Formats: sequence, C-alpha cells, structure tokens
Amino acid sequence: MTEAYIYDAVRTPRGKGRPDGALHELTSVALSANILNAVKDRNGLQGHAVEDVIWGNVTQVGEQGGCLARSAVLLSELDQSIPGLAINRFCASGMEAVNLAANQIRGGAGHAYIAGGVEMMGRVAMGSDGAAIAVDPSLAMKTYFVPQGISADIIATQYGFTRDQADALAVESQRRAAEAWAAGRFANSVVPVRDRNGLTILDHDEYMRPGTDMQALGALKASFKDMGEVMPGFDKIALMKYPHLERIEHIHHAGNSSGIVDGAAAVLIGNAEFGRAHGLKPRARIRATAKIGTDPTIMLTGPVPVTEKILKDSGMSISDIDLFEVNEAFASVVLRFMQAFDVDPAKVNPNGGSIAMGHPLGATGAIIIGTLLDELERTGKGTGLATLCIASGMGAATIIERV
Amino acid sequence: MTDFTMTTDTDGIATITWDVPEKSMNVMSLVGFAELDGLIDAALADAGVKGIILTSGKKDFAGGMDLNVIARMREEGGAEGIFDGVMRMHQILRKIERAGMDPKTLKGGKPIVAALPGTALGIGLELPLSCHRIIAADNARAKIGLPEIMVGIFPGAGGTTRLVRKLGAMMAAPFLLEGKLSDPKGAKAGGIIDEVVPAGELLARAKEWVLNAKDADLVKPWDAKGYKMPGGAPYHPAGFMTFVGASAMVHGKTMGVYPAAKALLSAVYEGALVPFDTALKIEARWFTSVLMNPSSTAMIRSLFINKEALEKGANRPEAPDQTVRKVGIIGAGMMGAGIAYVSANAGIEVVLIDAAQDAADRGKAYSESILDKGISRRKVTPEKKAEVLGRITATTDYTALAGCDLIVEAVFEDMKVKADVTAKVEAVVGPDCIFATNTSTLPISDLAKASARPDQFIGIHFFSPVDKMLLVEIIRGKETGDRAVAKALDYVRQIRKTPIVVNDARFFYANRCIIPYINEGIRMVAEGVAPALVENAAKLVGMPLGPLQLVDETSIDLGVKIAKATKLAMGDTYPDGAVDTVLFAMADQGRLGKKANAGFYSYDEAGKRQGLWEGLEAQYPAADVQPDLSSVQQRLLMAQVLEAVRALEEGVLTDIREGDVGAVLGWGFAPWSGGPFGWLDIIGAARAVEICDALAASHGARFAAPALLRDMAAKGQQFYTRFAQQPKAA
Repeated sequence: MTEAYIYDAVRTPRGKGRPDGALHELTSVALSANILNAVKDRNGLQGHAVEDVIWGNVTQVGEQGGCLARSAVLLSELDQSIPGLAINRFCASGMEAVNLAANQIRGGAGHAYIAGGVEMMGRVAMGSDGAAIAVDPSLAMKTYFVPQGISADIIATQYGFTRDQADALAVESQRRAAEAWAAGRFANSVVPVRDRNGLTILDHDEYMRPGTDMQALGALKASFKDMGEVMPGFDKIALMKYPHLERIEHIHHAGNSSGIVDGAAAVLIGNAEFGRAHGLKPRARIRATAKIGTDPTIMLTGPVPVTEKILKDSGMSISDIDLFEVNEAFASVVLRFMQAFDVDPAKVNPNGGSIAMGHPLGATGAIIIGTLLDELERTGKGTGLATLCIASGMGAATIIERV
Repeated sequence: MTDFTMTTDTDGIATITWDVPEKSMNVMSLVGFAELDGLIDAALADAGVKGIILTSGKKDFAGGMDLNVIARMREEGGAEGIFDGVMRMHQILRKIERAGMDPKTLKGGKPIVAALPGTALGIGLELPLSCHRIIAADNARAKIGLPEIMVGIFPGAGGTTRLVRKLGAMMAAPFLLEGKLSDPKGAKAGGIIDEVVPAGELLARAKEWVLNAKDADLVKPWDAKGYKMPGGAPYHPAGFMTFVGASAMVHGKTMGVYPAAKALLSAVYEGALVPFDTALKIEARWFTSVLMNPSSTAMIRSLFINKEALEKGANRPEAPDQTVRKVGIIGAGMMGAGIAYVSANAGIEVVLIDAAQDAADRGKAYSESILDKGISRRKVTPEKKAEVLGRITATTDYTALAGCDLIVEAVFEDMKVKADVTAKVEAVVGPDCIFATNTSTLPISDLAKASARPDQFIGIHFFSPVDKMLLVEIIRGKETGDRAVAKALDYVRQIRKTPIVVNDARFFYANRCIIPYINEGIRMVAEGVAPALVENAAKLVGMPLGPLQLVDETSIDLGVKIAKATKLAMGDTYPDGAVDTVLFAMADQGRLGKKANAGFYSYDEAGKRQGLWEGLEAQYPAADVQPDLSSVQQRLLMAQVLEAVRALEEGVLTDIREGDVGAVLGWGFAPWSGGPFGWLDIIGAARAVEICDALAASHGARFAAPALLRDMAAKGQQFYTRFAQQPKAA
C-alpha cells in the first residue's frame, strides 16, 4: 500500500474569539488563505501541486458557508486547478481532513493534499448554523440531547472526577503552554499572521493566562449548573440516560474548559513520490486513522473507544505510543482518557492544550497533529497518537510515526 | 333532529346554531361535522348571505370531540381511517378559515365569527380558532382551552398548528402541553380569543362585527404575506432557544413515557418550518400516530371514559337516593379534618368529634387554613368561607351526632378503640344511619363485629391529603348491605371524588399493591442495587414517586407497623424478611421518613428533601455490577401489577375498570399505561408470563405468574375483552 507522509504542518497563532481579539479583523477566508499561502511558500508548491484542499470547519454559514475550502483556495495564491472540499465532523474536522487526505493517498487517489481547517469563533458564532439534534424534538428526545458542558459534567460524575482534579489539569495546561512558548517549541509551526502590508497582526497565542492557579480557578462559577438544574433542566435528561446516578456534579467552568478562539492550521500530506518530486523530506508517516460513534448524551467519551479501535486496527498497544495529544475540550475528557488507559500524565499534552491556548473548532484537529509531531521530533521519540472528542457522540484518532 | 341548524336574517346574517339533541353539552361527532360542512357550503354559496355567526343553543359552546368517534375511526379504518378522517376535518375547518376568499388576493371571503356563550373545550375551541373572530360571553364559569393532553392525546383538529402560529410556541405551550383552561377573560388575556362581551350582547356584538368586517379582518396572519411566527421559528435565534428548552422540559417532565407530548412537540416543530397547509398535514400524521399508540387508548379509557362511568355510579347497587345531608366524623386528626373539609365544602352539614375540644377545634381550623389559602389565590370568597365553616360543628359531644345519616370514623388504627367508637355512635344515631370506617389496614368484616347493624357498616378509605387525592376506596365487608354501598357511592359523588368498590381483604386494593412496590424497592437496596437507580427506574416507567421517596412520605414506622402485623398474621409464609432488615434498621436509627426529617432521603431543617441519605451507601454498598434499567423497572411494576391480578383472581376486585382507575388515581400507577390491567394488555399476557417466569427464577416466587394470567396467555386473551363490562345505564 502507498504510504502517506506529513511533509509540513503549520498553524496560525490563536486569537481570542471576541470582538477585541487580535484576529477578529480578518475574514475566515482571509485567515484560511493566509495559512494556505504559508504552506505553498514554505514548500515551493507550484501549479496543480496537490490534488485537493480538504478544509475542516464547523459552523458553515455566512462567511464560513458556501464551500469555504474552495473560497480559501481562490483567495490564496494556490492554483485554481486545486478544487477544495469543506468538511464538518465538529471538533475533529481538522483531523478528519488530514485522515481523509492520508487515506486517499494510501488508496492511490492523488499524490498530495493540503488538509486542515479554520474557525473564526468570534465572527461566526458556534451554533449559529442550527442543529437539529438540539432543536428537533423527535431527535433531541431520541438521543437524550444535552449541551456539551452538561455532557462533560456527566463524565465527571460517572467517572468520579472532582472540581479540584479538573482545575489542577487546567493549571497544568496553562503552565505547560507558557513553558512551551517560552522555550520556543512552537516556533517552527506557528506562522505569524500579517496584514497585506507585511505588518504583524498576531504572532502568539493570546488566549493564554500564564500563572493561573487553583485559587483563581476556584473562584469561577460552574458554567452549566443553571441550565442543568433549573432552566430548562438538562440534568433530568442526563439522569434519564444514566439512571444509576442521583445527580450531576457540575465541575466545569470557563477556566477548565477549552477557550473560544480564532485560528487556522494546515498539514501538507503526500506520498513518497511527491517528496522526491518536490525535494521535500517526509517528517512522519500517518500510520493509522480511526473514527467512531458513541452515546450522544455523554457525548464526549469518544477518545477512549476510538483509541481502542485504532490500536486494535493497527495491531498496536497503548504502550507502543510515546506521546499523546488529547484535545482539552473539557478537563474531564482528558481525565477520563488518562484514567481509561492508565497513561502517565506527563505524556499527555506535554505542551499544554485547548484549555490554555483555545480550541478553534475546525482547526484544532490539524493543530494537535502538528504539535504532536513537533514534540516527537524535539524529544527524539517515535510514535504519537492524537485524538479528539466530538459533538453528538463521536471520536477520532490519528497515529503518526516519525520516519 | 340534527346537531346544527341555520337561519338567515333580513340583514343577510346566517346563524349556525350547534345544539346536539338530548345532550346537556355539545360534543362533535362525524355526523355533526358533515352537517356543519353542508351548512357552511350552503351559506358560502348563497349570495344573500353576507356573513356567518357560529354559536350554540346551549349554555355552553361545546365540551369537545366524542371520544368514541375516535375509537371507531381507529377500529374501522386503522391509521389510514384516522388520517383520512382528520384530514377531512382539516378541510372543513380550512374552508371556514378561507371562507370563499380568493386565495391570491385574499379578498371576497365571508366573515365568520364564533360566538361562545360558555365553555369551549377541545374541538369546541379548535372550531372557533378556524373562524375569523372569537367572541365569548362574560361567563366566569366558562372554561376555554384544549385539555386533550390530559387524556393522552393532543389537539388534532388544527388547534395545535393554529394556536402556535397565533401565539408562538412559548406562549402556546401552557395551553397545549399542560391543557391549561381559562375563563373568558383569561382566554382573552392569553390571546386565545378576541373579545369578551356581556352575555346578553353576545349575538348582537357578533352580528355587528360581521357587518363591519373588512377583507383584511378575515385574513389570518399565517395566510398573509410575510408571516413570522411570534417568538421566532425554530431556527430563528430566539426560537432556537425556545425549542431546545421545550424538548428538554417536555422530555424531563414526561420522563419519556407519554407519547402525546412528544408527538405534539414534533408536530409544532416540523409544522413551524413549512407553510400552513403542510403543517396541518404534519399535525394529522402525528395525531394519527398518537391515536394508534396503545397508550392513548389506555389513557382515554381509564382517565376519561371509565373514570366518568365510575363517578356516575357504574357499580352502584339498586337503592333509593342516598344523598348525605349530615355526616358525623369521629376523630379530628389529619384524616378526619380533611374529610370534614371536603364534606362541608360539598354542602354537607358536618359534626366533627374528638375526645378533647381543642383537638376538635384544630380539626376545624384545618378547613379554615385551606379556605384562607383559597382566598389568597382568589379562588374562594370570604362569604363562601363563612358558609363552609358554618357547616362544621366541632365538639366532643356524641349526642350532636343525632340526625346524622352517615358516620365516618377516622380514629386511631386500633380494633378496640374503633369498637368503642362504633358502640358509642350507634347509641345516639338513628337506625338508618350508615357507619363507615376510614381504616387503611384493619379488616372491615372484623370491625363490623362491633356493630349492631353490620349490614350498615362499610369501609370508606380516603387517601392523604384528603382534599387533594382524587380516589376513594369503598370496602364492602362480608355483611355490608347494598344500601350502605349506595350510600358510600352517593357520598363520594357529592364530594366529587372517584370511587372504587372492593371486597374486604388484607389492605383492600390500593395498599395491597403499593406495599409490594415499596418493599421491592427496599429489597433492591438490600441487594446492593444503587438507590438512585431504584428511584430513577420507577420515575422512568411513569411512577410519580420512587419507592424510597414514597415510604419516606408515608413514614417508615408505619411500614414497620404494617410489616409486624403482616408477619404475625402470615407466620412462616411471610416473604419480606429481607425488606424488614432494612426497614427496621432505618427505624432503629430514628430515620422514620419525611416527618422525622430523616429517612431514605436527607432533608434540610425546613423539611425540604435534599438527596438520598449518604449513610445508605455505607450500610448497603452498591454492587459493582448493577442490574439494567429494564429489569429494575420490571420488578417495580410487576410487584404492583401481580397484586392487582391476584386481587381480581380472589374477587377483591370485581371490575378491572376499578382496578385501573383506582391505581392511576390512587397511587399514580404509570398513567400512560391506563393502569395495571391496561399495562398488561399493552404488553400482552404472554409477554407478561415470560417476564414473571424470568423474575420468579431469579428473584423468587413472589413473581410467579398467577393462574389467571397463564390462562390468558395460553388463550391469547386481553383483560379488556375477557372482562369487558356491559355498559350500565348511568
């Protein structure tokens, strides 16, 4: 079988997803084009150099609608012969783009792809594309729909994680992210965003709060308690699905959940022949990919079964993995992953995660694959696994191996 | 004789009058609908008719649909028959709504006004909602609304679609999802109707409106260009939040067991996304699915048809009118005080006796507190309060009982005490007086031994709190005569509650079924089933209270007392030792339930329930492997249902309608199922036997299928066919 290799992985810095965020002045298409141009320039891509641009994005309405991938290609300096495919697997869209590209290459459909994604959460609000699962009674009742924050709190209740454990994970995420930035560990991958005059708009992750401690987090109010216990009372729905629980413990808040940010990321994937033709050296092999559906109510436990699946499919065991990136959508998601596989916390998100730096939905899956590869290279390790929990009860994973 | 008639006056106003012959209240039938259709056609075609007034020849407009019509549509045509029938109704109502106007210009229609003299319920409101204006007489007794959801269906003649488009999903929700009824002023304030006028001016005002109506007055907002749903359609930002919340609230409130609420909400959501006529079709499809659901059949049967039949005396023996004029109530504790209130409130003179005057006074003060609450809610006038209190004489003097035609004894549950009271009462009352004991645990036939007139001795078992609970269980002792039964039934009818009549046996009917339910819950705790799972499983199958909460409410020491007495009576065959281990331990720790602010649950100082008592987990650790939800539910349901079947087998119950209505009203048995027998008919006797066999194998002989159930399984029978009652003239 043809192998798929990662030749490059880049991302924009993450801006606060608010009107006063540094990237807020840019359109989603412009930020996408910006990072596509970086891939083109860094790797000297000319003409029909890649088969397609597969672009993950969750809220595909307004400026992010209308096949954002094609719009981004056309605004970028890539050749118009490269088409563009916009995809949505919620929080794993960026990873799914990479996995789709890799699997097409493995199947012989083209030599190379650019895969990644974007989300301008401050410009196109999460949820503004509507969602039948939340609002259509037939579906909402069939699936015992609750919002993600409630699901994260169900995980905490079901698997016994306390507010202190969640806050400690958040504090550590901030500490690791600050340390990674200070040590310049993201330098090769983060491409500063510049305006048309070459002036820098943003060159660092601006959402971070270095120095966050337990005391600061302790003061924050649980975000999902009211909607759970009072209006409209989602806890009751949760307990209908998990009737052995008496109540839901609400431990998540803004400080131990992922940040709302703007950002984009892209990964250049190709077969060996592509590398030879362009004089590029492969950095890692995409060894395996996987996705799975899980209970939509607890929703965010997908990383565990999808990791079990990807290990089984690829004949590996958890001990074969040197490093993990588990998206910090909510603290309990990562706590559950570490509990289920009994892995050393030091190996999981060693440079911090979405709690510290933010989670630009459509881009994160591609971001963490790049971050994982950088860290494998820095530490001289071989194999890494990246995984994300996904809305509506799904999970996705990718295993990469340095070559 | 026809249901609808039409006259046209010299001004060209056609008045269509609804007046169903030989009924005190109009109900809609298929024949009525066809007549109405014909008259509307005629009026629209008649160039001399300028407009139409639709009104009633009775003091009320209409009580709703004849539910038997729906049953017939289902039996005769199945889903297709219902759907076609409902779509025909939509066509007729839509014809009224468009009233001959040009569908493009929306001009040229004839104004049609609904003039409501009084109550307008169900189709009695859906029909007016299709008219161009609704004017109601200012009649404070009138009830206006769509109560369909209360009997397990939803407004299916366009009422759902029209009200949501008129008010928006949020504002329509109380009327559709809770069946909220209003008086005319409230209905106007809620936006359901347009105008309230003095009763004498109803028709004149209706005519005036018709004569002055312009083309634009006839166009419903949803037929006009640019219509937007008030409060926002589902994918409008505000509407989105409403609909997300609505699904969660309906789901949580109904615990997922009531198909009508789900279907209603789906019809609203899906209908909101399409044009009006498509929305009606969607409403019809969901409505059909609800009518085809066995739960709706069972709910209509128990909560509407059979409840009414029992209230009208379906099982009343032949006897002259036994209306109670003066009741003596012995014992002014919580039960006696409640019985005094409901009796006096129904216009019956009450003598309330207790051993001490201050106890009797406290019993009367209870009525005062309820009436004061009513005044603060503007449901009761001070005059009414004085009148009701004036009927209650609180005393210690038994001679005050002279002239009573009914005695209700509600003293301490002790044979000796009750026997003394019986003798003392019979010494002062007249020879025709009926003596009723409100016992919940002692056999009536034993208590009757203290009576000189055992044929006039009967059990009337009230539930607590008396003023809230809808059911009264009448117990016929071995020697109880027909007149005593008739007396009890006439009395229950006076106090506007629903009666069931059962024969005398341990715990009668209701408690006989409730006790095993509580015991099964406690037994599971002892086995290591998570208490939360026990409680949630009960609620998820439609029980209002989990068994642990229920025993907390009724008190754990009462449970201990009952257990001890039962054990004494049964000797070696007593099956509930495992239950007692837990129950007695709770009592020994002083955890006596809600009244002690400590039981299976914890309570705060104000007595508010907090959560399951943490000590429970320590004393009965949850097993690592928990049973699945359905097996817990099967145990909790079967514990009750098998008692109901045994009660029927043993002749304690003589009418399954009473078994079902009594279960739903008495202890809230899964109303969606229509009752224990309704539930068995839904799952089928064969499946029930299968469940019993499995439960008996793993949990013991208490789940062994009764012979009756096995026989029915073998013959493929249903309870409501095998035990079908011939309707008796009520």
